[in-house]
Amino acid sequence: MRVEVNGEGMVPRANTLAELLLDCGFETAAVATAVNGQFVPRGARVGHRLADGDRIEVLSPMQGG
Amino acid sequence: MFYGVTLNSRLMLGTAQYPSPAILQQAIAASGVEVITVSLRREGRGGADFRRLIAETGCRILPNTAGCHTAAEAVTTAHMAREVFGTNWIKLEVIGHADTLQPDPFALVEAARTLCADGFEVFPYTTEDLILGEKLVEAGCQVLMPWGAPIGSGQGLRSIEGLRSMRAHFPDIPLVVDAGIGAPSQAAQAMELGYDAVLLNTAVAKALDPVAMAGAFGQAVSAGQMAAEAGLMPRRDMAAASTPIFGLAEL
Repeated sequence: MRVEVNGEGMVPRANTLAELLLDCGFETAAVATAVNGQFVPRGARVGHRLADGDRIEVLSPMQGG
Repeated sequence: MFYGVTLNSRLMLGTAQYPSPAILQQAIAASGVEVITVSLRREGRGGADFRRLIAETGCRILPNTAGCHTAAEAVTTAHMAREVFGTNWIKLEVIGHADTLQPDPFALVEAARTLCADGFEVFPYTTEDLILGEKLVEAGCQVLMPWGAPIGSGQGLRSIEGLRSMRAHFPDIPLVVDAGIGAPSQAAQAMELGYDAVLLNTAVAKALDPVAMAGAFGQAVSAGQMAAEAGLMPRRDMAAASTPIFGLAEL
């Protein structure tokens, strides 16, 4: 299985979004996630199974106008 | 009142493009703002420092959907922002064209309808088009934010009469001039027109001394608000002597 995390391709060890975030070292309480353009709330990450080709976005607050 | 929130300072400040985080922090303090706008981007290095910085300002956060070009992107971004910032406020930007950064009015209304129905308190970045404004209000928006000029252009109020019409057309909706302001005098002018607030970023961030400019904008917005409340004199086409004729000497 191959997925993209913030635009970078990788082969995850994880099966779920929650595991993937931990494996990648994200501060899980401080980020918001979307998979294939759909918002995945914090509480749904544990139950969200990854699939081949998933595009995962992990976002956090940044400077903006 | 912005969704039930009363703001003493009517300036809202963007947090991008400052020379350093320290200058951003000082500029926020110098401006006296209570609301700052922040975006969501891919988590990377420096993320934790920025989160700490915005928390320390004590300001209310107005997250934006900057960079979104479709209603679907904006809606997803808004949901992510709500989770991260713990606020229903969202500055809704749906950009229609990458060069002009003009809002896409059709996608804007579509996204606003979806978000308002989902409990968001939407601050739509719009134009001075009155019908578009009505559609946004119908969609559930209780604030409208027409542009002064294209984002980052510093041109000031390009359509003063259009903004004046908008003020008259929506007497009970809080109106914020968002984007295009380049100088404190232009921010004061927006307030003198009866606008409820001004939102800007580049004019402060790209000033030679952003901290001093932040202070200047804070005072200009405050002066403009005082002037609007005080009531401007009616404009005349002809001169009218202010010194009385009565008692004039015959020399």
